[in-house]
Amino acid sequence: MNSIFAKRRARLLAMKAIRDNYIPGDKLVTCPHCQQESEKKLVAQGLSVCPKCGYHFPIGAYYRLSTILDPGTFHELNEKLPAADPLAFPGYPEKLSAAQRKTGLTEAAVTAVGAIGGRKCVVGVLDNRFLMGSMSAAVGEKITLAIEYATKNKLPLILFAASGGARMQEGILSLMQMAKTSAALARFSEKGLLYISVLTDPTTGGVTASFASLGDIILAEPGALIGFAGPRVIQQTIGETLPEGFQRAEYQEEHGFVDAVVPRDQMRETLARLLRLHEKGGRP
Amino acid sequence: MSENLTAAQRVAVARHPQRPNITDYLNALFTDFFEQKGDRLCGEDAAILGGVALYHGRPVTVIGTRKGKTLEENLQCNFGMPNPEGYRKALRLMKQAEKFRRPVLTFIDTSGAYPGLEAEARGQGEAIARNLMEMSRLTVPVIAVITGEGNSGGALALGVANRVLMQENAVYAILSPEGFASILWKDSSRHGEACDLMKLTAPDLLGMQVIDDIIPEPEGGAHLAPVIAMRQVDQAISRHLAELTKESGAALAAERYQKFRKMGAAAPQKEDS
Repeated sequence: MNSIFAKRRARLLAMKAIRDNYIPGDKLVTCPHCQQESEKKLVAQGLSVCPKCGYHFPIGAYYRLSTILDPGTFHELNEKLPAADPLAFPGYPEKLSAAQRKTGLTEAAVTAVGAIGGRKCVVGVLDNRFLMGSMSAAVGEKITLAIEYATKNKLPLILFAASGGARMQEGILSLMQMAKTSAALARFSEKGLLYISVLTDPTTGGVTASFASLGDIILAEPGALIGFAGPRVIQQTIGETLPEGFQRAEYQEEHGFVDAVVPRDQMRETLARLLRLHEKGGRP
Repeated sequence: MSENLTAAQRVAVARHPQRPNITDYLNALFTDFFEQKGDRLCGEDAAILGGVALYHGRPVTVIGTRKGKTLEENLQCNFGMPNPEGYRKALRLMKQAEKFRRPVLTFIDTSGAYPGLEAEARGQGEAIARNLMEMSRLTVPVIAVITGEGNSGGALALGVANRVLMQENAVYAILSPEGFASILWKDSSRHGEACDLMKLTAPDLLGMQVIDDIIPEPEGGAHLAPVIAMRQVDQAISRHLAELTKESGAALAAERYQKFRKMGAAAPQKEDS
């Protein structure tokens, strides 16, 4: 019976992942980094990485999950958690439904239980296509619930960040999600459990200044922009041109804020290895 | 309480240069202040002032953002925009407060964490995140008072408190109305409009249970009668501190956790969708 459910789960994730990995355009896709054209099929097959220069295209949440979870282990948490409009902000409900139609998601975060290399874990992914992956109350709540689920079930936790920062339309309640998620991680950590934070392009603002920076281990995808303030704001503030590579994953590694820069095609294997290395530490 | 001001008027009052600031509060409410400098990692940040002092005869740790009043002072403390060293110093002092079982009192008045190149290179985001996490589990009473403008993660990094108090004309928001308008509408001149939508005034925030109490101000704002305004702040802190002092360390941490846990928790509105 278990295997029937596993097959159904595998199919479900595969379907959602295919929709997520959709790259617009006809047969060819132009890399925004090297400006070279590649065959769309080739890019899609290569985990949405430019075959010419290694640029990592942004990818959707379900597709991301399909690239790291063992087949048939995906089980979504709080899938139906609704988006909210706590300030009754003009035009915001329309923005939310447009984003929902565009992505097929209810909000910018997807959380799940699954296994990587045979080891059970909780995985959360922010989806940059949904209002720039910004932190709404629903995103904060989903991430917090995932952290609490991992705490309760003594499971390792992996969160993929991709966010433009706060959700402006939710004002102060967006800000409060920073405290909420960070506090939940404090309780998680006290149980002696492992949290791996993976920073993807871009990770900025309130997400950087909360759960994304609190991993026991912090990984980043190559070239990902990672910072608190965005480059434009910094440039306006200091009135100077920013150095080449500023705030990129490699820069953050050099400055001591990232353990390792891991290309997408090595992510699953790296995570599996880290889970294996922490197996004893997973029990209090 | 003073007359009803619009949100934009409150922003102007909150930013008034003659409004009582951290130095004024230290002089008026505390005795025997010993300033503690440095984050013990790489630097000192004048944008955050902190140390140990006596509050009504009792040792406390006081930490506050510092803007300065004259241009010279403004420049010295970077207009109250902290660098990572400031937040790390604040965390060091808070952990020390816990060690010596002293309450932590923070005074918040900042336009935000400094968005500079060096601040980024030294991990502004990490510094703020670490404070949020560590503040959530402190086992001593923590009271935060927003005395001017409390903007962004740069304010919240001193604001994970058991009681968050706000002066009547202070404002607390995700970022400045100018920044908000610039991000949302690509037009910072629409900041007046932003003020109304952002729900950044003390009554708005009390209604959303983001803050716990409003401290009244003299007619027209704290800058018009600073001595009275500071006495009102003193009374509010004393009252809340007396309540918190009765609780155990574990209860204080648990209560603080629950307070923030509830914010924006699964929609208190209709549940059918």
